[in-house]
Amino acid sequence: MITLPESGLSWLLLGMTAIVCLASGVYGVKYLQVEQVEASRARWWLPLLTVLAIGLALVWLFDHLVPIYLALDTAGLSAVLLMRLAGTDAAREASRRYLIFTLSASSLLLVGMLLLYLEHATLALSELDGNELTTRGGVALGLMLSGLLLKAAAFPLHGWMPPAHGSAWTPVSAIHSTLVLKASLYVAVQLWLVLGAGAWHAAQLIGALGMLSIVWGSVMAWQQEDLKRVVAFSTVAQMGYLLLFFPLSTGTGETVTRLAWESTWLLALNHALAKAAMFMAAGNLVLGMGRDDLKGLSGVSTRLPLPLLTLGLAGVSIMGMPPSGGFVAKWLLLHAVFISGQWQWGVALVLGTLLSAAYMFRLFRHCFVDDQESKSRYQSPPLTLDLIALGLALSALFLGLLADWPLSLLRMEGPW
Amino acid sequence: MVNLDTLILLTALLVSFVAAPLIFLIPEEQRTLRTLVNMVAAVVKLSLVMFMVWGVANGRDFALSFTVMETVSFRLRADALGLMFAGLSSLLWFCTTIYAVGYLEKSPNRKRFFGFFSLCVGSTLGIALSANLFTFLLFYELLTLSTYPLIVHRGTPQALKAGAIYLRYTLGGGVVLLVGMVSLQVLAGDVVFGEGQLDQMDAEHTPALIVTFALLVGGLGVKAALVPLHGWLPQAMVAPAPVSALLHAVAVVKAGAFGIVRVIYDVYGLGFAQQIGVLAGLAIIASFTIIYGSLRAMAQSDIKRLLAYSTVSQVSYIVLGIALFGPMGTIAAMSHLLHQGLMKSTLFFCAGNYAQELDIHRIEELDGVGWRMPVTSLAFTIGALGMIGIPPVAGFISKWYLGMAALESGMTWVIVVLMLSTILNAAYFLPVIYRLWFKPAPHDELDRWPEARLAGGLETSYWLMGPAIATAVFSLLAGMLAGVPFSPLQWATLIVNQEYVP
Repeated sequence: MITLPESGLSWLLLGMTAIVCLASGVYGVKYLQVEQVEASRARWWLPLLTVLAIGLALVWLFDHLVPIYLALDTAGLSAVLLMRLAGTDAAREASRRYLIFTLSASSLLLVGMLLLYLEHATLALSELDGNELTTRGGVALGLMLSGLLLKAAAFPLHGWMPPAHGSAWTPVSAIHSTLVLKASLYVAVQLWLVLGAGAWHAAQLIGALGMLSIVWGSVMAWQQEDLKRVVAFSTVAQMGYLLLFFPLSTGTGETVTRLAWESTWLLALNHALAKAAMFMAAGNLVLGMGRDDLKGLSGVSTRLPLPLLTLGLAGVSIMGMPPSGGFVAKWLLLHAVFISGQWQWGVALVLGTLLSAAYMFRLFRHCFVDDQESKSRYQSPPLTLDLIALGLALSALFLGLLADWPLSLLRMEGPW
Repeated sequence: MVNLDTLILLTALLVSFVAAPLIFLIPEEQRTLRTLVNMVAAVVKLSLVMFMVWGVANGRDFALSFTVMETVSFRLRADALGLMFAGLSSLLWFCTTIYAVGYLEKSPNRKRFFGFFSLCVGSTLGIALSANLFTFLLFYELLTLSTYPLIVHRGTPQALKAGAIYLRYTLGGGVVLLVGMVSLQVLAGDVVFGEGQLDQMDAEHTPALIVTFALLVGGLGVKAALVPLHGWLPQAMVAPAPVSALLHAVAVVKAGAFGIVRVIYDVYGLGFAQQIGVLAGLAIIASFTIIYGSLRAMAQSDIKRLLAYSTVSQVSYIVLGIALFGPMGTIAAMSHLLHQGLMKSTLFFCAGNYAQELDIHRIEELDGVGWRMPVTSLAFTIGALGMIGIPPVAGFISKWYLGMAALESGMTWVIVVLMLSTILNAAYFLPVIYRLWFKPAPHDELDRWPEARLAGGLETSYWLMGPAIATAVFSLLAGMLAGVPFSPLQWATLIVNQEYVP
């Protein structure tokens, strides 16, 4: 039943999960102390995190849709519980909405799986591979993909995500935006690779959704007044880039598929490290400032330089500026766009880069204003919290220079 | 792979990237320690670059490369052209650091300033030493990011606005450049500077190569302030004087111009660029920029804005020289890269001294200042005369070679552009010099000017005066000793001989 993966991708994702979970786990323990969360809630943090991590690991490892589904929902439900733990009304409301969304997505997924089983009499991905896509199979694929994209917060089904990330504990938002969303996307890509080869129009549609995610997520991030919500909406945009894999790998030939494959997962890795760092840095700033609106940032450059620096470094990676992994990934993606001739995705990439710079610098701009009144109250968060975030931010930043290592893992095996 | 030469190259590059976090860690009040770190880094960098200049002249090879993507590598190499730019940036970094220490005395957020200042110079050196377009873009974007905090340093609404405009221009340009580079990668693979084989490609690719060229030069032209992409530069004047000096003389503007030189010279190849006809277009844009910048400079009443428009105009001499297609033009372009840096930083240092010492920001306030601040004003006069192109200041050499190149390539209209621009340069710089020395200072001004603050009767502090004197002397020497080995002119001739004499 369990086959150890031959693909370097599974190993890469396992490594990514291990790093982010470990960092968030340690961060979370300290964070809960600082926030003085009562033991009745705080003691759930590590057990639930462990369940979530196991769920994710199983998603990366399994080759059969049934255990993948179970693992995905295990991760999803533990995420719902983790979000509830924050205890505020906003968090309760956001996690309730998330629960409704993720359960509806799961039922779409289940119905799709049933249809697929009736058609092909198997749900093992390796056995599904190579089958002609029938009408019923197409409906099944459509249902499952909608469910998965809903879970991955793709436009226009992203509405549940920013409130959830804005209100949850910082390490929970970090884990959820970097890993849980990607698990659904990963499953969608696996499904697509075995069934979607001929569905050119569907691929274009998903690409268009990705483009809209990029633009909409960035514009919304640009309009937010709360620090954590800026970070949350930027996730919508970043997930959009990953959706561009679908059109660029469908009917485009080996070279483009290869480039799109490398770029997508490098971007995912970059996003995982940078976004986790960014949530933590934002959380540290909120801890230090005692408020979470952007205006509060005006005093931080002298009082809270370390979390601000971390936020800046993570921002560089999120914008896809060099030397981050995002930069190399964009270079590869653009390369794929050029060869495939599907220029629209190049436009999305250029727009997304400029818009991400717009919302990131809108945030940094506040830091250069000197506001004498507010800063006297600021106090530094514990150094441990700062250093964990800084470590993640630096690894995303230098991922671009070290890109050959993850890229050679990704070249081991892929959809070509 | 790692030998001593690679290590030297790497150290020269990394020293400012190491200095930056150190400076961020040093507490705000520890002025002496911070200055020490700054100066040690500047000296180490300058001496390593000088060593590499000597080494390359003696045939040593400083290079480093490793794979990033399957088809793209990170490549550094100290070649003659790159070292020219590296030498300029590390020399002027040294001067500007001294100047900035004096200039920002007692102002807040010095830690942040010097940290980003170091990053900025590190990026500039990276640009100089890159050996392919990928590496170049990496440092080029890093430069954009590290200059933004310097421009908005004061945090006033005006500074924030200038910063926003700067970002809009440069990030936009950066994206265009990225598209151009990937397009070239698709067409021709990973082109190592100086090993481009674009002229070997099928003729069917020519239109695509022309479009790619336009993208590359369009992206680089933003930082090089080619009209109409220059809008950010006069705005960026709100930054503190050392930043302006650095931005104009070395870092940002020169990075753009240097990039254009690299693309034409080391990627497309001068001959091939001429063959597909892109140089003629570039010559027209450069000429237009030269005249337009000068005309706008005449209309300014703020000293720093005048200097900014003068930069717009002067940097295009570099582009024009390359576009003239010929050994003379190339020599002119490359030596002007250095000459303009020396002269322009002199002018900005002096403008900063006037602002700092006498609170003078506008041209009409300069009446009679020459007698109150003679050394600064002398330095300013040397810089301004150099900009006009009066011998023996270095600017004369550049203009002389440009003129020869125009004759040589048969583009006589360029002579007209050069003469016109010289007249315009004189028309906006001579009145300033006249005011400095020959107009009497109004009486109430005399009362307003503080007495010389140092016991020795110096007009301003050592920190501010020293760098201005140094760069002024360098501009004079570069002109007078143009025939001596390792002068900018001789080094430029060396680079050109490598290209034209196979």
